[in-house]
Amino acid sequence: MGCGMGKSELQLKKGDRVTISVPAATAIRAALLIQRWYRQYVARLEMRRRCTWNIFQSIEYAGEQDQIKLYNFFGFLMDHFTPASSERNLISHIFRKNEICRDTEWERHFCYKSIEVSASCTGPHLTFPMTFSGVSKLVEAFKHKQQLHARYVLQLLGETWRLLRILPNISHVSACRAKPITICGDLHGHLEDLLLIFYKNGLPSSEKPYVFNGDFVDRGKNSLEILLILFGFLLVYPNDVHLNRGNHEDHIVNLRYGFTKEVLGKYRVHGKTILKLLQKIFSWLPLATVIDDKVLIVHGGISDATDLGVIARVDRHKVRETPKVNRIWLFGEVAHPGSQSISASGDTKGKDVDEWKQIVDVLWSDPMPQNGCIPNEVRGGGCYWGPDVTEEVLGRHDLQLLIRSHECKQDGYEFCHNRRVLTIFSASNYYEVGSNRGAYIRMGPDLVPHFIQYQASKTCRELTLRQSVGWTERSALRALREQLFAHKSDLIGAFREFDPNNKGLISLTHWAGATERVLNLGLPWRVLRSQLVSSTPHGMVDYQQWIRELSITEPKLEVNNSILETMYKNHSNLETIFRIIDTDNSGLISFEEFRQTWKLLSSHLKTEISDRAIADLARSIDFNKDGSIDINEFMEAFRAHFFYFDLKNSFIQSLGISVTLLHEGI
Amino acid sequence: MMKNKQRSEPVVPDVHKTIKAAFEAFDYESNNRVDVREIGTIIYSLGCFPTQADLHDKNSRDSPVQVEDQTGCINLEKFLPAMTKVLMEHKFPSVPEDLLLQAFEVLDKENKGYLEPEQLAKYMTQEGELFTQEEMDEMLTALADHENNRVYYKDLLNQWTIDPDM
Repeated sequence: MGCGMGKSELQLKKGDRVTISVPAATAIRAALLIQRWYRQYVARLEMRRRCTWNIFQSIEYAGEQDQIKLYNFFGFLMDHFTPASSERNLISHIFRKNEICRDTEWERHFCYKSIEVSASCTGPHLTFPMTFSGVSKLVEAFKHKQQLHARYVLQLLGETWRLLRILPNISHVSACRAKPITICGDLHGHLEDLLLIFYKNGLPSSEKPYVFNGDFVDRGKNSLEILLILFGFLLVYPNDVHLNRGNHEDHIVNLRYGFTKEVLGKYRVHGKTILKLLQKIFSWLPLATVIDDKVLIVHGGISDATDLGVIARVDRHKVRETPKVNRIWLFGEVAHPGSQSISASGDTKGKDVDEWKQIVDVLWSDPMPQNGCIPNEVRGGGCYWGPDVTEEVLGRHDLQLLIRSHECKQDGYEFCHNRRVLTIFSASNYYEVGSNRGAYIRMGPDLVPHFIQYQASKTCRELTLRQSVGWTERSALRALREQLFAHKSDLIGAFREFDPNNKGLISLTHWAGATERVLNLGLPWRVLRSQLVSSTPHGMVDYQQWIRELSITEPKLEVNNSILETMYKNHSNLETIFRIIDTDNSGLISFEEFRQTWKLLSSHLKTEISDRAIADLARSIDFNKDGSIDINEFMEAFRAHFFYFDLKNSFIQSLGISVTLLHEGI
Repeated sequence: MMKNKQRSEPVVPDVHKTIKAAFEAFDYESNNRVDVREIGTIIYSLGCFPTQADLHDKNSRDSPVQVEDQTGCINLEKFLPAMTKVLMEHKFPSVPEDLLLQAFEVLDKENKGYLEPEQLAKYMTQEGELFTQEEMDEMLTALADHENNRVYYKDLLNQWTIDPDM
C-alpha cells in the first residue's frame, strides 16, 4: 500500500478491462493512486490560496497602524460625547477635563482581562480593535467549526455593547447607485445560510452595506457564531452594517428556544457571564432601519398605533419588551395587570405602557389579510394588522414599503397587502431539510427589491475549487504587481547590489531576498515566483526586463496624495465622527467645525496637516457660500480617488470565503 | 519535484530555502511552527505525493511529521532536515500521468471513457485510504462535467500538469 508503486503492477491486458468485475486488489490499488493524486492536487490549490491570502493580508496590515490610532481617537470621542447630548461645541466638550464615566458594573462583571488564553488554544486569536481581517479570520474559523475562546467572546461583546449604546433607535440609511443595500431576514442560528449569503453576495463592507432584520439566534445550533460574526462586522463597519432587534433577541425567549442552552453548553465556565452581557446587548439593539425615508425595515411589523417618532425617542434599553401574555405561555405565571415591571424604575405610567407597546408591536406583529388590528394571541404579543392599517401607517409616515421578517416563507420571501408589505426570511430548511428556501434582498436607489433565493446543502457549490482559487489568485497577483511597481526604483537599487558587474542578471535567491527587503511584506517570494516572473533561464532573473514587464501591465498607477490616502482609510470612522458633530442631523457642518475636527484627527494620528492644506481640501469640495459642508457630498467627492482602494478591499473580501466574483459577472 | 526533468541533483541549500518558503506560508505567528493539520498541504506543495499513512506517521524517526508535545505543532527545526531527506531521496514519489490514467481505466470496467459519480464515489469512499464525504463532494464538484454529471477522466488529466519547480 502506498508509495513506490511500479508500472508493472497496474499494467493490464486489454481483455482484463472488459470483464465486468474488477479484482478487488486491483481496484484498491487504483483507488489509492487516485486518492493520493487528488489530495495532492487539492493541497497545491490550497497552497496557492494561502499565498493569495497572505498577499492581501500583508498589504492590508502595512496600512493598519493609522487605523488603530484613529480607533482610539474614536473611542475617546465616544466616551465623552453622545448624540443625545445637546452640546454643539464638540471641541470644548472634548477638552473639558471631565471624569471618564464608565459603567462600573460592566467593568466588574464583564472584565475579560483576567481570562487567560492558553497556548494550546486551537481557536482563532483576535486582536482589538476589530479589523476586517480579524472578522474574516473569525468567519473562516467558524466555517471550520472552531470555537472562539471565552476571553475573546467577552471582549468582542464588550466592544459591541460600547458601540450599540451610541446608536440611535432607528438607523437611517441612504441607498446610492454605487452601493446597493442587502437586506437579510431571520437566520435563527443557521450558520450555513449566513455563509451561503456571504458566498453569493460578498462580505459586508463600506461598499456592501447590509441590514440584518433580527432573530439571529435560537433554534439553529450556531446562534452564537452568527452573533459574533454580525457584531464583528458591525464593529468594523458601523455605518454600513445595521442590525435590527428581533423578538428572539430576548433572554426570556432564549431560555425556551435553545440559545441559552447553546451558550451554556459551549462555554461551561463563562457561559453565564456571556449570557448576562448578551442580555444587555440585546436590549441595546436598534429597533428599525429606514432607507431613504421611504422603506421601513422592522423585524415583526406594525400596529395601528405605531408611531416612529415615539419609537425614535424611547430609551430602548430600559423598556422590557417580552409580552406579558408570553410569560404565561413560557412559565405558567399568571399575569396580573400592573404586576409586571414595565420600566427599570418599576412604575406603570401611561407613557411607559405606550412605549412598551410600540416596541412589542414592532417586534412581534404579523400581517393578516382582513382589515383591522387585533391582538396577536398566538404569539402572545403584538397584533395582527390588516391592509388598511398598512396604508394608514405608511401614509402617515410618508413611506412606500414595509419590509419585515418574523414568519417563515416557502420561497424565502412573500409580498402582501398590495405589495406594500414584504416578508423576507433567510433561514432555509427552517422546519426540516427541504422545507423552504431562504432569500435576501438587494436594493438600489430605485428602492425596487431584487430577491436572491437559496437553499443550504452540502453539495451546493457553483464553482469548482480550481476556478474560484484561480480568479482570486489573479486579483491578488494584480494587487501585488501594483505594489511591486510602486517600489520599482527601490527594487532596482536593491537588485543592483547583487549585480556588481552589471550583467543585468541575479539569482533567484537574491531576487527573493532583495524583494522582501524592499517590500517588507513577509511573503513567500520563492513560492510566488512562478506567478510573478515569466521566465528564469538557468535560475537567473533578468531584473530590468522584469520591472519593464511590471510597468506594461500596470499603466494607470497614480501617486496618491497622503492626505487623501489617510482620509480614505479612515472614511468610515470619519463619517461617523462627522455625524456626531452634526448633532441636529441636518447633514451640514460648518467649515470651522470641519477644520477643528480634522486638526484633532491629525494630531491623534500624529501626522502633520497644515491649515493651508485643510483649507485647500475644503475648497476643492464645492461647499455653499455660508461656509457649510454637506457631509454626503464630501464623502462622495472622494469616492473616485478611492476606487483603487475599493477594488483591493473587495478582493480581500472575496478571499475570505472563496466568493466568486465570476459568479456576479464582474 | 525535480525528478520529473532531466536535471542535476538538487543542491541542499536551495532545497532548504524551498522548504522554508512553503513552511512560512502557514507559519502565521512567525515562530517557526505550523499547525499539524497544515503539514500535509505543505508536503504536497513541495511536489510530493505522500499517502495518508505517511502523513500520520509520527513515530518513525525520519518522519517529517513529528509533533511538538507542548504546542501540538510542527517545528521547522525538525521538519527541515526530515523534509530535506524526503526530497533528496524521493521518498514520496509522484503519480505519473499514465499510471493515473490506468487507475481510472481500471475503475471504468465497461470502458466507457467516463465514470458515473456514484461509481467513483463508491471506490473513493469505500476502498483504499477512504475519502470523507466532504472530500468526495468536493471532488465531484471539481471533476464532474456539469451538464451530464459524468467524470470524463481522460480530459481532466490534460489539465493537471505538475507545477514547475519553485
